[in-house]
Amino acid sequence: MGEAIVITSGKGGVGKTTTSANIGTALALQGKKVCLVDTDIGLRNLDVVMGLENRIIYDLVDVVQGRCKIHQALVKDKRFEDKLYLLPAAQTTDKTAVQPEQMKKLVDELKQDYDYIIIDCPAGIEQGYKNAVAGADKAIVVTTPEVSAVRDADRIIGLLEKEENVEAPKLVINRIRNHLMKNGDMLDVDEITTHLSIDLIGIVADDDEVIKASNHGEPIALNPNSKASIAYRNIARRILGEAVPLQQLEDTNQGVFSKIKRFFGVR
Amino acid sequence: MKKSQNVTIKGTKDGLTLHLDDTCSYDELKKELDRKLSNSSRIQEEDKLLSVKVTVGNRYLTEQQQEELKELIRQKRNLIVEEIETNVLTREEAEQLKDENEIVSIARVIRSGQVIEVSGDLLLIGDVNPGGTVKASGNIFIMGTLKGIAHAGSGGNEEAVIAASVMKPSQLRIGDCINRAPDHNSDDEARVMECAFISENRQIIIDRLQVLIQQRPNLTRFEGGR
Ligand SMILES: Nc1ncnc2c1ncn2[C@@H]1O[C@H](COP(=O)(O)OP(=O)(O)O)[C@@H](O)[C@H]1O
Ligand SMILES: [Mg+2]
Repeated sequence: MGEAIVITSGKGGVGKTTTSANIGTALALQGKKVCLVDTDIGLRNLDVVMGLENRIIYDLVDVVQGRCKIHQALVKDKRFEDKLYLLPAAQTTDKTAVQPEQMKKLVDELKQDYDYIIIDCPAGIEQGYKNAVAGADKAIVVTTPEVSAVRDADRIIGLLEKEENVEAPKLVINRIRNHLMKNGDMLDVDEITTHLSIDLIGIVADDDEVIKASNHGEPIALNPNSKASIAYRNIARRILGEAVPLQQLEDTNQGVFSKIKRFFGVR
Repeated sequence: MKKSQNVTIKGTKDGLTLHLDDTCSYDELKKELDRKLSNSSRIQEEDKLLSVKVTVGNRYLTEQQQEELKELIRQKRNLIVEEIETNVLTREEAEQLKDENEIVSIARVIRSGQVIEVSGDLLLIGDVNPGGTVKASGNIFIMGTLKGIAHAGSGGNEEAVIAASVMKPSQLRIGDCINRAPDHNSDDEARVMECAFISENRQIIIDRLQVLIQQRPNLTRFEGGR
């Protein structure tokens, strides 16, 4: 039986879809069987980031409304030997086409066949969020080092803590820009984790390569030479239970780094 | 013959006290009160208003009955009922009293969008993040950082205080008083171990925690010790 992880944030544009695509890819690279589920109905784009848009025949709403079987809607990623699949969101209907109970049933079914179900959540705290969380066992909250993003992350964490079936959420801080953090012009990693008081599972630098890769439909995690790729691969390893220290971002101040190491029990 | 009187009137140096027996029926009591007040000439002499205290022993009076008695006494005489004293509390009143005197402890982070409201004092072990709100009818003590909104004395108690390990609120309220954070918060100050209370000129003041000892001596409920 696999486990379902929802990737959420409250605020839009902080990197949920990017994180979903890359964690999914990195887990598949580790040999796990992964199914990505895009729950951003009406604004789907996980398929684009994964470069799978052209192969979509059916979508999540078709499955839920019984127009096709799950396996007919799953899009196989040919770069992996039968390891990575995508269940795309519908583009034409709206969020209300799916109910949380239906999502839970769907995810439970997928858990029979996959090691990890990675659920990409839409922005906001309405129906779309409720659908995305309904079947999840774990949650990863993505934020950027901006006050407004952290505020929304706090709100979402508060809601996640009320979900009985979801474990205490973990934090990813995305799009870190070292020079801004160092000058105190951006919240630093330490401030954000203290403020949100949840465990940090990864930090990802702001990296133009991420945008380029997404635009080419090749998640950055496939490219072993980029910093962001290593960061995503490390998150995947931590999900698998490895104690991987946070990679030392250049210029990261020592205090932050040693604190992070303590988080993962590394000296 | 009837047993001893159900209504007795006593004069003290602070005014009159009416003792109403708690074993007779309410109707009987009303009748006798009516009669007594009409007959008694002793209190009729003066024109000026007299305040009376009414004691009813172990009798439970509904609010309506209390009004009825007050009305009755007022009509007959130049008397004003100062208070009605009873030994009886309803379960509801007792619970309310208990709640108001309780310290409710909560160990968690109050996050953006969350509102925590308690009767009595609140002891929060954790932060109040921006966008989060804590509310108590009594005092609020926060072992953590207050970055959101705290409202003490929410039922109107202006004696209530707010104390925090780190005081960086977006807004403080005590009773009906509101105090907003300055628009440009200087982050340099540590703001550790501070308290907020309403000053004599009815403004919320933030000061060192230590000043509470002088400002609100009633915070100490402990009796004894050396
Ligand atoms: N680490 C990063 N470095 C640079 N750009 C990023 C990074 N993460 C995300 N982005 C970009 O930010 C934008 C929003 O990301 P996306 O994953 O679509 O956010 P969300 O799904 O939360 O709305 C995209 O253009 C994406 O390429
Ligand atoms: Mg998205």
